[in-house]
Amino acid sequence: MTDIRLVREELPPRPPGRRHLISIADLTRDDVERLLATARSFESALEREMKKLPTLRGRTVVNLFFESSTRTSSSFELAAKRLSADVMSIKASGSAVDKGESLKDTALTLGAYGPDVIVIRHAHIGAPQLVAAVTSAHVVNAGDGKHQHPTQALLDLYTIEQEFGRIEGLHVAIVGDVLHSRVARSDIQALALCGARVTLVGPPTLIPRGIEAMGCDISYDIGALRDADVVYVLRMQRERMEEGEAYMPSLREYTARWGVTPERLRPGQRVMHPGPMNRGVEIDPRVADAQEALIEQQVRSGLVVRMAVLYDLLTHGPVAVEAAVAEEVA
Amino acid sequence: MAVLHFREGRPEDLVLRGARVLDPVSGIDAKLSVRVDQGVITQLGESVQPNGHQIVEADGLVLAPAFVDPHVHLRTPGREDEESIATGTAAAAAGGYCAILAMPNTEPVVDSAAVLGALVERASQEANVPVGFLAAISKGQEGRELTEMADLAAAGAAGFTDDGRPVVSAGLMRRALQYHSLTGRRIAVHCEEPTLSRGGHMHEGPVSAELGFGGYPSVAESLMVGRDLAIAAYEGQPLHLMHLSASESVELLQHAQAAGVRATGEATPHHLCLTDEAVRSLDPNVKMNPPLRAEQDRAALVDGLRTGVVSAVATDHAPHARHEKEVPFEEAPFGVTGLETAFSALYTHLVEPGLVSLETLLERMSAGPARAYGLEPPRIAVGARANLVLLDSRADWRVTEDGFRSRSSNSWLLGRTLSGRVRLTVAAGRVVHEA
Repeated sequence: MTDIRLVREELPPRPPGRRHLISIADLTRDDVERLLATARSFESALEREMKKLPTLRGRTVVNLFFESSTRTSSSFELAAKRLSADVMSIKASGSAVDKGESLKDTALTLGAYGPDVIVIRHAHIGAPQLVAAVTSAHVVNAGDGKHQHPTQALLDLYTIEQEFGRIEGLHVAIVGDVLHSRVARSDIQALALCGARVTLVGPPTLIPRGIEAMGCDISYDIGALRDADVVYVLRMQRERMEEGEAYMPSLREYTARWGVTPERLRPGQRVMHPGPMNRGVEIDPRVADAQEALIEQQVRSGLVVRMAVLYDLLTHGPVAVEAAVAEEVA
Repeated sequence: MAVLHFREGRPEDLVLRGARVLDPVSGIDAKLSVRVDQGVITQLGESVQPNGHQIVEADGLVLAPAFVDPHVHLRTPGREDEESIATGTAAAAAGGYCAILAMPNTEPVVDSAAVLGALVERASQEANVPVGFLAAISKGQEGRELTEMADLAAAGAAGFTDDGRPVVSAGLMRRALQYHSLTGRRIAVHCEEPTLSRGGHMHEGPVSAELGFGGYPSVAESLMVGRDLAIAAYEGQPLHLMHLSASESVELLQHAQAAGVRATGEATPHHLCLTDEAVRSLDPNVKMNPPLRAEQDRAALVDGLRTGVVSAVATDHAPHARHEKEVPFEEAPFGVTGLETAFSALYTHLVEPGLVSLETLLERMSAGPARAYGLEPPRIAVGARANLVLLDSRADWRVTEDGFRSRSSNSWLLGRTLSGRVRLTVAAGRVVHEA
């Protein structure tokens, strides 16, 4: 297998102060390239019959999910297990949170076990910072409110790079409910950081005012998709149609105007979606199931990228991880 | 009945020697000494006889009329764990204030003479500086029925407001402006159009778009400012606009004033010093209503303060229990404390960089807010009750949690070093703070 230690020596160094992954805004392009290269180095390990690496043996990763999640929580759990870390997964329902415990107290309680990493998903922006402030663990943001979902953006970059061999110079159209999407915010930043051009496409009520300052273009016309190399479809949440929250006159009109259909795509374009999909709403089932869709690749990328994130945060720690890898390589 | 209530004490005999006396109301800016007998200024001159009085050597310091804060949340009754009349007025004394106005959005709301009477009674026992209590415009601040304004005024209300909430109904706002004229007190409004601000946690703009927070657009404020100014103009009544945050609001106020409307406006230290960029820290101590806005809004407020369109600095001192602010930004309540830091924050951010003169700042922190509520402006003159603040513009100090007299410490300035320090406060003839 690839010697991670050797790969690492060729990578840009991790700044010593970087202990958490909370926002793409905290990363440099060097950071992103290092993480993607590390993820690539894990690919071969996953092709072996024995998929487990001893790299994070003796380390503890806590997955703390206050919102429901299938792909992100399972992806983090498997990533930690592939690296031989001990994993503890906690869901908000059925926990002390139901008894009115504050996030601070939950974090202090879990922090008392001395976990190396806390992966947190929470409905509110800033929850990961709060956990970082009250524990000594490395904190990975697995989604905070409408703010950030940095590992999603990294796996999206990874997927695009695997497909196109580059990110620089590509044009990505992000389609749909940008207003409520943490994926969109992380992706805009990550793509801009890596030199891609981003156009947001959707109804005016779902494109937040002022977002062009992040370095993207805006179009309310679905025809703008045609120029893109990648069409990134966002999930259209049904609750946005509820009374008092009616961002659209109807789901039907949304689909008619902004649904991604085969007719609206041109050959050679690739389609991505962070999941879970609403087939027949934001994405036509024919698009979702087509060869051009990279949706399953995104899920696979998620595993190696999250392994890379855990590895990157922990290999500057006190345990002799390099030695463990060397032992494995030997 | 008087509108300011406090614990009476022994009035002071005092001589303050050699300060730069700066009183924009009396038009004084000179190195003078001031003698206070029995809490009243009796002599003002280059040399005054000490007559055995306690002497305060004030060489190199600025002596000004003490400050008036038109916007304080004392959290009493109901949330005495966050602030009490005693701790809130101690904080006011430390901030250089000789009078503060307390908001009625308590538990219960100050909407009856009975609730107000109990507060007046308590203030007469524990208020370190004079406090005026504003009563609600509508019963329960629910925006449906007017409070008994005439009775409330007779029981000592200093004015009327539904602060914390807007008066949503234009019809009720009009009735309030008509009816309150009986009382001789002012109406003050919190301008917010709730269907535009709903779900908003910060100013709507590029920063909220990037961070993903629900936006609270400036038009949610300015729309209501425009509406209320139009009603005040139509009724020919005065109106005070609280905690302005948007440039459009300042512009509307300026036009109304030019057209002869007796409207006044206040701005807070945090809106004058910070912008929505501060929210990138995700610190719940920069979450307030109205929210911190864009640089152009801040600049318009500073300009308004300089020209006098915005004639009052108001702290909107809003204490919160620590556990309520130790949560993610979106879960945190709106509001920050400000009584103990207002002068220093504004001295550091506005006077030192040359944006506003010290004289103007002193006027907007004292006479400006007093006039907005029809109160006598504090001044330094023979025969006037001593309401004085002694300021050290050369002193630096660090804002720390254990330095607060307030029962809460949700300050946006925690950990910062500020210039300008209050050395002495004399309120209603008594020394209430020395540092």
